[in-house]
Amino acid sequence: MENEIKQFTVSIYTENNIGLLNRISAIFQRRHFNIESLNTSVSEIEGVSKFTILINMTEIQVKKIIGQIEKQVEVIKAYYHKEEDTIYQESCIFKMRSDLLFDERQIQNIIKESNARIVTVNKEFFVIEKSGRKEEIEEIHRKLNAFGIMQFTRSGRIAVTKDEMKISQMLKAFNH
Amino acid sequence: MNFKEEEMDTETLKNKKTITKNTERISGSEAVVRCLIEEGVKVLYGYPGGAIMPVYDELYKYQDKIHHVLSRHEQGATHSAQGYARISGDVGVAIATSGPGATNLITGIADAQIDSTPMVCITGQVPSHLLGSDAFQETDIVGISTPVTKWNHQVTKASEIPEVIAKAFYIAKSGRPGPVLIDITKDAQFEEFDFSYKKCEGIRSYIPIPKTEQASIEAAAKLINEAKKPFVIWGQGVILSKAEEAFKTVIEKAGIPSAWTIMGASAIPTSHPLNVGMVGMHGNYAPNVLTNECDVLIAIGMRFDDRVTGKLDEYATQAKVIHFEIDPSEIDKNVKTDVAVLGDAKASLEAILPLIKTNSHLKWHQKFKDLYQIEFDKVIKGDLYPTKEGLTMGEVLKEINIQSKGEAAIVTDVGQHQMIACRYAEFNKTKSNITSGGLGTMGFGLPAAIGAKMARPDREVVSISGDGGYQMTIQELGTIFQQKTAVKIVVLNNEFLGMVRQWQQLFFDKRYASTEMTNPDFVAIAKGYYLNAKRVTKREELADAVAEMMASKEAYFLEVCVEKEGNVFPMVPSGASVSDIRLE
Repeated sequence: MENEIKQFTVSIYTENNIGLLNRISAIFQRRHFNIESLNTSVSEIEGVSKFTILINMTEIQVKKIIGQIEKQVEVIKAYYHKEEDTIYQESCIFKMRSDLLFDERQIQNIIKESNARIVTVNKEFFVIEKSGRKEEIEEIHRKLNAFGIMQFTRSGRIAVTKDEMKISQMLKAFNH
Repeated sequence: MNFKEEEMDTETLKNKKTITKNTERISGSEAVVRCLIEEGVKVLYGYPGGAIMPVYDELYKYQDKIHHVLSRHEQGATHSAQGYARISGDVGVAIATSGPGATNLITGIADAQIDSTPMVCITGQVPSHLLGSDAFQETDIVGISTPVTKWNHQVTKASEIPEVIAKAFYIAKSGRPGPVLIDITKDAQFEEFDFSYKKCEGIRSYIPIPKTEQASIEAAAKLINEAKKPFVIWGQGVILSKAEEAFKTVIEKAGIPSAWTIMGASAIPTSHPLNVGMVGMHGNYAPNVLTNECDVLIAIGMRFDDRVTGKLDEYATQAKVIHFEIDPSEIDKNVKTDVAVLGDAKASLEAILPLIKTNSHLKWHQKFKDLYQIEFDKVIKGDLYPTKEGLTMGEVLKEINIQSKGEAAIVTDVGQHQMIACRYAEFNKTKSNITSGGLGTMGFGLPAAIGAKMARPDREVVSISGDGGYQMTIQELGTIFQQKTAVKIVVLNNEFLGMVRQWQQLFFDKRYASTEMTNPDFVAIAKGYYLNAKRVTKREELADAVAEMMASKEAYFLEVCVEKEGNVFPMVPSGASVSDIRLE
């Protein structure tokens, strides 16, 4: 089980520091792991940043990676989660030719069925936004691809865990 | 700048050094030097250049409080700082300018990272408004040094300097030590600010020593008490945590044969009856073979490096493994552990002592003695008491042992001479084996010996190098001459890059690709630096020459021309199991 390659979400709570992204990505690079997606943002705690990294590796490997990440001075805590332990979303936007919207009635149905939304429309192009799970995004991408996509961008994964993460308590403990 | 500002500026200048409450108005560069003094730094190693000149100006002013040693290359400065740290346990400090000055530090930084040596490096940087503009001698040293530092930081404002330097020293020496690099832009060095200094006592995101679970101590004690064939391998962690006495007490009580990694050498005396030698590729026969026979393997402050374990799938698979370790990421990294005792080695060993039953394991210990006899007959006898023509590296070490009575600190470079020195040097005192273990940095030895001697002028420091590595940092003879550092320098000259040549002989059908060295007159070079120097080519000259060197009150250079194609055995070939160690 531990030797099977699976998708893991790694969440890392850190100090907000220039250069930390470099330090963390170097840990993956050095071991020749390709990062599937990476998102950095503020976290629920003021002054604390959060990295959400999607990675394919074995559980043995991800455990070791977590150790190497936590070892960095400005990393407060790092966790890895299996797919079933998180609630996650990804987001994507499509830019398409505006005439398609009128010529291909099917597109409006796709947008409706996928729970996507139109962000903007002008003479030349219109933009669709869709948030959801990975498979949902892949599905709408596949469907729209048939009509020709002018531009496509997809975000990194953002995730929260079902279990509590005790970062605030950890930080409080330091202050005492 | 308008007139008013200018007026204020002169006013500030006039008020410079006026103490207001707990602060003083000084420049960033002066603050750097004052911070170093606050941290107890007495000696630092470096090389000046454009972007660090303001700090050098202050070093000039403070030279009665802090001694700057001009190395002959920035790499030498780092190795000297490392040697200083390794023999004293204090933080070594190196300083350099931006660009090439900074990049030249990298080898020493990487070496300190992999060998957990506390070191703080300070580099000058181009003024902040030029950052990223490819300015003269600009290099992204923070980016470059990230993978090889425990922490690094760029300072662009003078007011950050005290806090950042305090943090740098705290991080470098706490927990598992390591190198820290602080890059300071030139404008921050010139800028004035209100200075005050407070040592760093903690960082909220950083836990230097993980909590030791009492349950893990109890589980480890149970395994040790039930063991029939327990075996200890200790590493540098014992030295770094000052656990030598606690360690000795535990192994003596439990009667456990104990072997060391190259970085753990000298933590207990070579002559200690439970010291069964070195593990690893060129380690001793018994501890390597019996690693695969013990029932409980107790690893203390070591990290199961591949040079220690050989083929992992066949490493101590029969044994239960206990790992005493300060760095949680080392647990299960290479060898699966049954009981992990996280925490500081000294504290953990003191905690386990009362739970350990007195034992002697005499029958088990006899196995080590029997295998030692095999190694002695096949390898050691020929190395130390050779009868055939050609001096061996081993007999040189034997003479040094006789003359130093095991009291010297042995500083080695990398290669055959290093393995021979570690195998045969006798150590009575801890922190006596200073070598580049993890990185295997040729050129480490000579500059490291300078730092070691300066940190401990009371100790005899013998630098042993091969003819290859010696020439990588040979220019540090200039530092020795200028500083009058009384190091003893031994070059074991076989006119080859010996270790690579040995591999070529054993694994590449003797194709000696670029390993033969046409060497200069080393004695003439040493004399060029006005050092006492001698060359030995015959066995009958050796003892007297070593005696003369050791008796010298000043630096002394001794070249020993040894047999050209000597090999280091035993040897665990790359990728083989430790129990498949070759004796010839």
